Parts: sequence; C-alpha cells; structure tokens
Amino acid sequence: MKKFLIISLVSLMLTSSANADTDGENNISNKNPGPVKDCFESVNRVTFKFNQVLDNIIFEPVAKTYRILPSPVRAGTGNALNNLSSLVTIPNNILQGEFVKAGVNTGRFVVNTTIGVVGIFDVAEKIGFPEYEKEDYGQTLGVMGVGAGCYIVLPVLGPSTVRDTAGSFANVLGGDAWYNVTVANDTQHVSDFDYWASRASTGINFRAKNIDSFNNLEKNSMDFYASVRSLYLQDRQRKIENSKATTETMDDGDWEEIESQ
Amino acid sequence: MNKKFTLAIFLIIVFSNFSKAYSIEADVFVQSTINRAAKTLGGNLSKEERMEKLKEIARETVDIEGIGFYSLGANRKNLTDDQLNEYKKVFSEYFLKSFSSRLAEYSNPEIEVNSKNVINANYTIVSSTLAGTDSRPEVKIEWRVYTKDPENLLIRDLIIEGLSLARTQKEEFSSIINSNDGKIEALLKNLSDFVVK
Repeated sequence: MKKFLIISLVSLMLTSSANADTDGENNISNKNPGPVKDCFESVNRVTFKFNQVLDNIIFEPVAKTYRILPSPVRAGTGNALNNLSSLVTIPNNILQGEFVKAGVNTGRFVVNTTIGVVGIFDVAEKIGFPEYEKEDYGQTLGVMGVGAGCYIVLPVLGPSTVRDTAGSFANVLGGDAWYNVTVANDTQHVSDFDYWASRASTGINFRAKNIDSFNNLEKNSMDFYASVRSLYLQDRQRKIENSKATTETMDDGDWEEIESQ
Repeated sequence: MNKKFTLAIFLIIVFSNFSKAYSIEADVFVQSTINRAAKTLGGNLSKEERMEKLKEIARETVDIEGIGFYSLGANRKNLTDDQLNEYKKVFSEYFLKSFSSRLAEYSNPEIEVNSKNVINANYTIVSSTLAGTDSRPEVKIEWRVYTKDPENLLIRDLIIEGLSLARTQKEEFSSIINSNDGKIEALLKNLSDFVVK
C-alpha cells in the first residue's frame, strides 16, 4: 500500500502539466514538451541555501585542494570516473534504441578498462573513438516521453526534477553494474566504500572544474537560485534531445519579435 | 533610353558593391571582437581600466537594448513608456557592469572561431572554442549574431556549452518579477542595486 502511494505520488508529479515560474521556457521531454514547474519553490530555495552553506564549508574547499593536484592526476581521475559511468550509459543507450552507440561505448569501456588501466588513460579517444556522451535513466525517461515533473533541489545532490530523481533510483535497483558489484553484492575485490568514494569523487571533480564559473555566476546573479535552475533545465533539455546543434534546442520566438535596429 | 538604362544598372551595381564593401561576415566580426577583448585583457591595465575598455567594446558590438527586451520576455508588453525608458537605462548600466565584471576575471583568454551557421537573414551562430587551462576545461562558446543590418552586426547572446546566457538572464528576471507579485518595480530595484553594489 505504501509503495502504491509513493508510485501514485511520483506519477502525479511526473505527469502534472505546469506553467513555470520561469516564463514557461523550460521544456524538457522529447515527446511530451511542457514547461517545468517549480512546485516546491519555497522549500527548494531553503534546500538551495543549505547546499550553498555545505558547499562553502566542505565542497568548495575540497575542490580547491583537489585542483592543486598535478594535472595528469586530475585527468586520470576524471577518465577513470567517466569510464565507470559507461556502466550506466551503455544500458541507457540500449533503452533509447541507440544500439550503435551502445556498441561503441562497450568497446570504449573494454579498451579503457584493460589497455587504459582501469580507465585512467583514455586510450579509446587516442585511437579514434568518438567523443563520449554520458546517458542516465532520467534522460531515457525523457526520451521515452515522460515529462520532467516538478523541479526539485535535493539536499547535497543539488538540482533535479522528479523524473530525474526517479530515474536515479534505477541505479540502485540493478541499473548500475558498478553499484551491483560494490554495494548490492558482496564481492572480494570491491566494497561499498569504493562505490561511495567514486560518487564523491565525481562530485568533487565536477565542482573543481567549475569553481570559477560558479563563483562568477554567483557574483553576477541577482537571483542565483533562478540562474542555477535555468542552467540545469537547459542542460537537461540538451542532453535529452542528444543535440549538439544550438539551433535545435533554442526557441527563437521571442528573439524574432525584437527589432532594435 | 539605353544610356539611362545602362547608367541605372551601373549605379545599382556600384551601390550594391559599395554596400558589400562595408558589410562584414559574422565569424570575422566575432573574431575581431574577441581579438579586441583579448588585447584589453592581456594588456597592462588596472582592473578598473580593463572594465572601462570592455564596456566600450560591448557598447559597440552587443545589442544591449535587444537583449534587454528579450530578458523581459512577455513582461515587456505590460510596461508603461516611463517604465520602459527607466528599464532601458538601468538595464544598460546593469549589463555593462555584469559583462565587464565577468570578462575582467580572465587574463589572456585564447578563443578560436571554428565555424558559422547562418540560421536565417537575421541570425548567424558563430562557434568558437575557449582553450582549456590547468584550472579550467576547454569551453565551447557560440555567439548569436544579429545580422539584419549587415553593416552593423551585433551580438545578442552567448551560448556556453549549449547554455544560453540570455535565456538564463530572462528566467532570472522573470523569477524576480513573479516572486514580487508581477511588479516590474522589483526588477528595476534589483537592477539598480546591482549597479551600485
């Protein structure tokens, strides 16, 4: 009964059509375009503040320290973490019907894990594999036409939507082979610690790469929360559409009405 | 009759070439703007001098008024003439401060223009790459150039790794207005506060 209630609640939030507080600009589903509503804005803003405090006390200092490490060490760490993320990307390539990409990413994973020493060296890139693009279960749900639902800010983890949060549960329900061999199953070679350390490292690696951009954005924003929300939703839209072409994801409607010359 | 016709054709050709001689391709325009900014950022200027120089470049190459209108979204249709004039003035000050302050942090940025994509008669997207450094990864930057007047190209948006700065600003403005019962005065106050802070 409890499970049923949770599923019903999530379904309701996922399918709720909405008018965004943001002028209705954020449409992030391939087949079910609709603006993303910030249903819990006041709670989200409090969580966002909490995350900012946490970031100032823990994540930013750690990311700054991490940035002191020699460039090859950081590059190797980033490569190894990307390699691990292939274990989520590949099943999502398949679920999205991208079988060629799934094959290419499987090849990349095999090459980098073996010749590239557990992914530290991106040998696949050197021998001509195409640029790696991460996929996750939230993106797959979006590609399948599931609406984003409400925008939410998760404690510690940051911006998300109900759909993306629901998608990330798939990782711990058997959808992530790395989670399966570390946390879900007791193996001799890897443990829970390895999984959580890899997750934390992914966050620190991301934060370290974006220290200047984040600080710059915060300094130059009048409403930092709204800016981050906009950037997150734009990024998700682009990823779900698997689009590299700017013109495919941008709405020119408003620009067309403006005549300043 | 023939003479007049020939003269007319001659004049049309001369004037059309004259016009072309002063028009500039969007990618060349972006590269030239980047070079001007890079020269400013790489020079031996104080931060204040840098910011002033960058503001000067922005006034000449960015469609500040157009971006201001875009950032207001649907709200711009509800403004009185007085509010609109006040908004234009304060937005321009806000934009120049924000723009120069963002760029002044960089020193010697290496940006290479890679390609251009003509969307329609009014817009061309120019793609470029900001070279990575030890502290920052390589960044793809696209420039939305307003090409309606080929002799006066203007930048309307910067799209960084697929994320539009104009759209982000529009949603930020919208959020400020909406969280203050739809009052434009709240946005005007925020903009003024930003300018003086």
